[in-house]
Amino acid sequence: MKEVKILGSGCANCKATYKVVEEAAKAKGAEIALEKVEDLGRIMGYGVMSTPGVVIDGQVVHAGGVPDRKTVEGWFS
Amino acid sequence: MFDTLGDLLVYRLLGIDPASHLGAALHFFVMDTTKIFFMLVIIIYVMGLFRALLSPERVRAYVRGKPEWAARSTAVGLGAVTPFCSCSSVPLFIGFVEAGIPLGVTFSFLIASPMINEVAVVILIGILGWEVTLMYVAAGLTVAYVGGLVMERFRPERWVEPYVWQIHMGELKMPEPDTSLAGRHRYAMGEVREILRRLWKWVLLGIGVGALFHGYVPEEWVVEHLGGTDNWLAVPGAVLLGIPLYSNATGVIPVAEAMLGKGVAIGTTLAFMMSIAALSLPEMIILRKVIRWPGLALYAGVLAVAFILVGYGFNLLA
Repeated sequence: MKEVKILGSGCANCKATYKVVEEAAKAKGAEIALEKVEDLGRIMGYGVMSTPGVVIDGQVVHAGGVPDRKTVEGWFS
Repeated sequence: MFDTLGDLLVYRLLGIDPASHLGAALHFFVMDTTKIFFMLVIIIYVMGLFRALLSPERVRAYVRGKPEWAARSTAVGLGAVTPFCSCSSVPLFIGFVEAGIPLGVTFSFLIASPMINEVAVVILIGILGWEVTLMYVAAGLTVAYVGGLVMERFRPERWVEPYVWQIHMGELKMPEPDTSLAGRHRYAMGEVREILRRLWKWVLLGIGVGALFHGYVPEEWVVEHLGGTDNWLAVPGAVLLGIPLYSNATGVIPVAEAMLGKGVAIGTTLAFMMSIAALSLPEMIILRKVIRWPGLALYAGVLAVAFILVGYGFNLLA
């Protein structure tokens, strides 16, 4: 079970990222606990300034922009 | 090439009279749309390939810990090469404050960033030529540098929202980027998609406004009222009109193209471009999350005065 956090204060790109991650995990059959982090203090606590960002098990794997599907699937394989 | 395409499509295929208002406007629209989007895709792709697009995290790392003049020059320079989304303004502001970067330097960065970026510069050269580009960039850098200095004199710390000082930023540990050719290509394509998705509306809007201006505004009227230095109200008028209006630096280029084509004075055009790109109501509302209204009003005032000076300066030189 992977803990995945989507960092972003509710912008359109953040929602798109949430969806891509959700779908990619499902396609790869990976079990994940997905959480949105919208609090700016917490987002910046990860050192991220450009949202959306993605954190997997406490590690920032992506920041700034919607990640592409292929990259996201790479995280879950 | 794009000119010919415009001729073919508008005059031949649609059979619209080149001498008509509609013909001139449509031709402008077709030519600029194809030309600007063609250039956008290529520039962003190439820059993505070299990973030349800086992230705000890296900018912060470069600026922090430098002596003030160096920090300010770096901030202005990096602001000018980073096509940030204005949605990153707030985290950027907080990140700079947290890194101990002086507020004046942060303001310099915030001024430079929306006004100048390398994508817009290449398109400026392509559409308006070297001279205008050089003037725009030099004036923009100066305004950013001096504007930040002036802001600092007013001790803007007192207008920063208190919560900003409490946020602690973590160290960002990102995995190493994939530097193989395939990885670079994938990254570059991602950047093209991302930046185009953000820009296309503004660019189309800018081209549309430019096309209407080009097709329908009579040249004699423009030359008489906005052409020379006689009308002292033209420059402040352009700046005031530009404040509530917003477009990004790329979107204002076709508008400037149409204005210059009809004979609007260069200083008036430059002041209008800067005011639209750097000062806007949406940007103010975003920045309101970190700075209270008096600070924002001062920010807008300092910039407006700077743009008016830029406008008068270039009009007198011309």
